[in-house]
Parts: sequence; structure tokens; C-alpha cells
Amino acid sequence: MSAALAEAPPETRVHYLNANYGIKSWLLTTDHKRIALLYLASITLMFFVGGAMAVMMRIHLIDPAGALVHPDTYNKLFTMHGVMMIFFFLIPSIPAVLGNFLVPIMVGAKDLAFPRINLLSWYIFIIGASLTLYAMVSGGVDTGWTFYTPYSTTYANSQVMATALGVFVSGFSSILTGLNFIVTIHKMRAPGLTWFRMPLFLWAIYATSIIQVLGTPVVAIAIFLIGLERLFHVGIFDPAVGGDPILFQHLFWFYSHPAVYIMILPGMGVISEIITCFSRKKIFGYHFVAFSSMAIAVISFLVWGHHMFVTGMSVYAALIFSVLSFLVAIPSAIKVFNWTATLYQGSISYEAPMLYALGFIGLFTMGGLTGLFLASLATDVHLNGTYFIVAHFHYIMVGGAVMAYLGGIHFWWPKISGRMFPDTWARLAAAIVFIGFNLTFFPQFMLGYLGMPRRYATYPAEFQVLNVMSSAGASILGLGYMIPLIYLFWSIRYGPVAPANPWRAKGLEWQTSSPPPTQNFEVPPVVTEEAYAYGPPGSGREGAHD
Amino acid sequence: MSVHVEPVWLYVLVFLCLMVLTATTVGVAFVDLGSFNTLVALTIAVIKMLLVVTFFMHVRHSTALTKVFIAAGFLWLLLLIAFTLTDVGTRQIPQQPEGWGSATTVVPPPK
Amino acid sequence: MTDASAAHSSQHPPYLAHHFTDIEQQNESGTLGMWLFLLTEIMFFGGLFAMYAVYRLKFFEAFREGSHRLNVAFGALNTAVLIGSSLTMALAVRAAQLSRRKAIIFFIILTMILGIAFIGIKLNYEWSADYREGLVPWMSFHVESPNAPGVRLFFCFYFFMTGLHALHMVIGLGIMCVLLRMAAKGRFDEGYFAPVEVTGLYWHFVDIVWIFLFPLLYLIGGRY
Ligand SMILES: [Cu+2]
Repeated sequence: MSAALAEAPPETRVHYLNANYGIKSWLLTTDHKRIALLYLASITLMFFVGGAMAVMMRIHLIDPAGALVHPDTYNKLFTMHGVMMIFFFLIPSIPAVLGNFLVPIMVGAKDLAFPRINLLSWYIFIIGASLTLYAMVSGGVDTGWTFYTPYSTTYANSQVMATALGVFVSGFSSILTGLNFIVTIHKMRAPGLTWFRMPLFLWAIYATSIIQVLGTPVVAIAIFLIGLERLFHVGIFDPAVGGDPILFQHLFWFYSHPAVYIMILPGMGVISEIITCFSRKKIFGYHFVAFSSMAIAVISFLVWGHHMFVTGMSVYAALIFSVLSFLVAIPSAIKVFNWTATLYQGSISYEAPMLYALGFIGLFTMGGLTGLFLASLATDVHLNGTYFIVAHFHYIMVGGAVMAYLGGIHFWWPKISGRMFPDTWARLAAAIVFIGFNLTFFPQFMLGYLGMPRRYATYPAEFQVLNVMSSAGASILGLGYMIPLIYLFWSIRYGPVAPANPWRAKGLEWQTSSPPPTQNFEVPPVVTEEAYAYGPPGSGREGAHD
Repeated sequence: MSVHVEPVWLYVLVFLCLMVLTATTVGVAFVDLGSFNTLVALTIAVIKMLLVVTFFMHVRHSTALTKVFIAAGFLWLLLLIAFTLTDVGTRQIPQQPEGWGSATTVVPPPK
Repeated sequence: MTDASAAHSSQHPPYLAHHFTDIEQQNESGTLGMWLFLLTEIMFFGGLFAMYAVYRLKFFEAFREGSHRLNVAFGALNTAVLIGSSLTMALAVRAAQLSRRKAIIFFIILTMILGIAFIGIKLNYEWSADYREGLVPWMSFHVESPNAPGVRLFFCFYFFMTGLHALHMVIGLGIMCVLLRMAAKGRFDEGYFAPVEVTGLYWHFVDIVWIFLFPLLYLIGGRY
């Protein structure tokens, strides 16, 4: 496309960032790229709020008797950390920021199918986030992010209502985002962009959106019922009058297990983009990777009972859920093997996004494999409710989803901001995050295996060494997250101007200028080749690093 | 989207069918069929739903995509109900086969 | 996409949003979006239906007892009213397809009247009677029966489900007020009637929910 125009410095050309100015032009925008940035700002805030609570918990756990806070406060810390990170950072992270920015560009459209609904979803998110922040400052909530009944409905006297309402409201933001993506991918693809020419990021986002649309309403109604129960005390979850508290867990996990895939599937999409670009190779087994996303989306709805093996659920149901849980390993493994096969004989370069992607593959594999321990009934009885679980899901959510998110942010930052980030700092930060992460969470596997229960403010003295290691790792991890925050901000003003395609990557988003114009493309694009067509026909090596 | 304008008589016919089915479902409720009462009531409700979806909501002229989505919606609802019932419906069944020892057997604690 | 429609897009009729290529794409997107929204609604009500199923199995006798305290006549009447409003809604969409602007307004008003009638009957003859008879679990619950806790649960579900359904009807009526304004301004014709059609889909969905609620709440275990 217009290469000369794309190389011109951003100041001299009209693009989505300088098309108009002023607070109103942002708060009333329907441009998907600006809405992506609104989301970016809001979830970054939530990430650091949730992170601050993690820091306080890790400081507290340096001492077996608890070093920092009252045990009640500790209960609130882990609850609010979970609520913030899951509902207000991880679930919107890649879909609402990178997805919002990239989906219309990747399909070659001017915007999402429903731009005003897109803006509405951000406002709904802000209302939900405000309610939850209000709950935090007005006393906090201590039910755990899972809101288990009957504690949450009958006994807890913290800010359950405000938090539950915040989560309930933010669910609709997630639904509307997913709905928008599905319609956009179905109806607005550019001429020539067939389903099997789509970048795998789009497949991943599509699968994610299906989960958002079909799963989120169920958790919404479950949380709604908690609200009603707290208001009226009618006893639908109270065993004393015939209610069944485990029923709440069924409804809750019907969404919240698939929600794990809302967090990790888009990350897998990001990794597919990064791995191919920095190996200069077509993805190995495109169809398998694409369909494994869909398979994960479907199977994820059939396994929720693995969170409930020790609740008193019927063992017959537990058997079924256990078998089905093992099935999820298949599509996940397909992805990991295909990424590895893509690396094979590629001409690999270790740019910062690639470092995050490689880190993702290793950490996600560890998180996934330890998940199998928890899917099998016998070992789950031993490991459930211990730090093993905490370590397992942090390997998926932080080692997987957050690494992929950071990799994606770095990969597309030149496109988003029109500036390059400082490469050395970025590689350094990626390394620090990787080291800090493992130092934080690997000891927790050991702690859990040795029997240290989660969600307690104190612990026996023999666990102290591993806990101190974990806390030390957390401070390194925190540092690793602060560095990108600083240099990305710095780069907006002082970073070198980014060319249209700094990574010489394939895909429609790299064919428009950086940052893109408000309409995304000067000329509506037409797609004529497969995704990841790296290399002249046959070689698979175009643009190999010399 | 090719617009299909249905004739008025079709809508009225569907409406009349729905009314007849409503009357039937109320009528059948006053006949003792044992547990089949529920089955009949639900079958009639499903037929009524299909009538509304097919004709009033124009699904008979919709794309295959819309049909797949609708089917998926109901399938997911069934999954939710069915899997929840696998738990609730089998909780009462004894959890150890006979001969494996019963719940009352006291296992001596390991030394 | 045909060449003809590509040529059309340069003219851009006023109701075509800038980011769509042609009106066909816009309409299809709108309809698909509404269907997806209805999927979320299926799952939203679905959570309640799942819980209802569990408790109905667990407390069948109590649920039957509770169900028999409801008035089948009003339930059936309301079913008829709501199905009638679905008919008029379908006719409103048909009128829009044929550019009959007065008929659109007429049928939308008729639909609204029937919708209000449904809520009126519900409020005036059913919920208020339930209140007087002491059947509202959180306001006044006096049921003398060995099954009282189960009956209480039944009425929880009865009020949650019919309440949520009525809320959806009120939202639908609100949307129809907007439609009415647009119709009065003559905004709809055969070229552009997506809002009427999409509202129709929503209204029929609300009807379908009631089609299931009626036998599940009023006719448990037969009435013999
Ligand atoms: Cu799970």
C-alpha cells in the first residue's frame, strides 16, 4: 500500500490519535482504536490496584504469624485481588484492548459492527469497576472472588452487595464486546478474507467471544440471585430451609471455568501471531490451531465440576467431569506442539515480544500439566485448597495470559502509538518478569504439595523459607511490571517514530500506517494470500534476518 | 437480506395454532396422566416455541448461520441443566459398590 | 458482494452507517447481533430454569402444592394475550416490509396495548392476590402445610421468573415507544425497517419465555 505515506512522521499526517483533540473527543468516541485505549488505561489502573493487594499479601506472608495486616484484612486482600484481577483486568485484557484495536483492522473493516455499543460496553465496564472500587474503599469484601454461598448470602458482613453488583454489571460489558466481535468477524470481512485466511488471533477472539456470549449470562444470574438472597433471605441457597448451596457453585463455575479460556484463548491467539513473525515461518498446522481454539471453547463448558470435587458433589458426576477435564488437554497440547513445530528451522530473532511468547509457551505448559493433577479425582483431594492450586492457576493466568498480553502490547505498540519502545529495556523487562514470576510461584507448587492451605493469614514455621522466596520473587515481578509502564509512557513522547511495519510482519494491520487513520485504511483492502505468507513461494523465509 | 413478506393468513393461522395448543395444554393438565403430564406440557411448549421461531421470527427464511446459533443456544441450555442434574440426581445413590465396605466401616488410622 | 451493491455504497443513504459497505450488510449485522443477544438471554433465564429444575425434582410435592395455589385461568388468559401481541408485532414488521406507514403505527400501538394488558392482569389479579393470600416469601408468607419450606421455594422461583419476565416486557414497551416516535416521523419503509424487525425478534423471545413459564409454573403435576 501507500508506503511513502506510511513512512512519514506521525505529526505530519492525520491519524486516529490526532484527528481531533479534547476530552470529549475521547469520551464520546466511537472509534474502536480509541475505545481500545480507554480500556487500556482503565484496566492498567485496575491491574496496579490488584497488584498492590498482591504485594501486601506477599509482605504479610514473610512471617509465619503474619507481618502486616489483621487476618480479617488479609481475607479482604485476597478477595479483592481476585475480583480486580479476574473480572476487571484479565477478562477484558486482550479482548477489550488488543481485540478492540485489532479485530476491525485484521478483518479489513472501518470499525466494529456496532461502534456505539462498543462505547457503551466501556461505560458499563467503568460503572462496574467504580462499584467495585467503592466496595474496596468502603470496607472491602471477604468472601473470596468466588462468592461461595451460604457464606456470601448469609454470614458475610462486608461489602458483598456492592462488589457483586460491580461484577454483575461488568459482565454485560464483556457480553457486548463478545457479541460485537462475533458479528464483525462474520459480516465485515474484507473481500478475499475467507475463514481460513484469517489470522489465528481472530480465530482465538471468535472462540473467546462465543464463551463470553454463552457463559457470562449464567454467572450474571447467579450473582443476581446472591443479591436477592441477601436482600430478602428467602433461602434458595440456605440448607436450613431446603436450599442447596452447591447449586450456586454449579452456576458460578459454568461460567467461571470457561472464563479461564476467556483469559487464555486470546493469549494463545497473540502467541500464534508473534511466533510466526519472529520465526519467519508459516504456522505449522494452521487448521489444527484454528479448530483447537473452537474445541477449547466448546469443551470448556463441559468440565466445570472439577472445581467442586470436594464439595459433596455426587462422585458419579465427579467422574464424568474428571474425564472431560482431561479432554481439554488435547486441544491445548495441539497448540503447544504446533508452536514448537513452527519454531523448528525458523530463523528466530529474540525481539521483546518473542521473549514473552517463548516465556508463555514454557509457563503455560507447566500450568496446563499441573492442571491434570487437579483434574484427577484422587490427587485433587490432596491438592485442593492448597497453594498448589494457587500456583497452578497463576501459571495459566499470569505466566500465560499476562505474558501474552504484555507480548501483544509490545508487538502492536508501534501500531497503536506510532512509536518504537526501547528495545534493550523491553528485553530486560521480559527477562525480569520471567525470573520474578518463576521465583514467586514455583515455591508455591512445593508449598501446596507439602500441604500449606491457601487463604490463611498465618502458616506453620517450616513453610517460611519457601514463602520468603515467593515474596522475594513477587518484588522482582512487581519491578518487571513497572519497567514497561515507564518506558511505554516514555516512548509515546520520546520513542523513535515507528514505520508502518517495523517487524516486517504479515497481516492487514501492518499494511496500514502507524498509527492508522481513523478509517483504518486509505483504500479498502483486498486479501489475496493466506495468513502468515512469510517468504517467497516455497521458501517460507521471506525477510529472514541476515 | 432478501425480504420475504409472508401472507397475513399465515400469521393468523400460526396464531390460531398457538391458541389451540394453549387450550390443549390447559385441558391435558386436568387429565391424570401421571408423570406424563409434565412430558406432554413440555412437548406442547416446545412445539409452540418452534412455531413462533419459525414463522413469527422468520427463521424459515434465515441463513444457516442463524439456525446454527439458535440451535447452539438451546444446546447450551440443555448442557447446563443436564450436567447440573447429573450431580443433583445421583447424590443419593450410595457411593461405594457393595462388597467394597460400607460407610459405617471404621478404618483404623495408619500408625 | 456484487458490483451493483459496491456502486450503491458511494451514494450512502442517510440510514446507512459509515462503516458498512451496503444496507444488506448493515441489516444482516443487526439481525445477527440481536440473535446473539437473545442467546445470552436464553442463558440468563437458563440459569433460573436450571435451578428451578433441581428444586422441582427435590420438592416435587411442595412445588405441586404451590403451583395449585396459582390461578390457571389468569395464566391461560395472559398466555393468549401475549401470543396475540406476538401476532400484532409480526404484522407490524410485515407492514414495515410493505412500507405501510400507518399500519406500522397501528400494529405497534396494538402490541403495546396487549403488552400493558398482560402486565396489568399480572399485577392486578395475580401478584396482588398472592400478596393478600400470604404467598410472597419476603413480605408475607403464611402457608400452613408440612411442605411449607418447599412451597416457599416455589414462590421464590415464581416471583423471580415472572418478575424477570415482566421486567423484559417493560423494557420491550420502552423500546416500542422509541419505535413509535421513529414510525411517526416516517422513518421506516421497505428499504429500512431493521429496528422494527429487531424489536420484533426481542418481543417474540419474551413471548417464548412465557410459553415455557406457563406450564412450568401453573401446571405442575397436573390440575386434576
Ligand atoms: Cu476449571
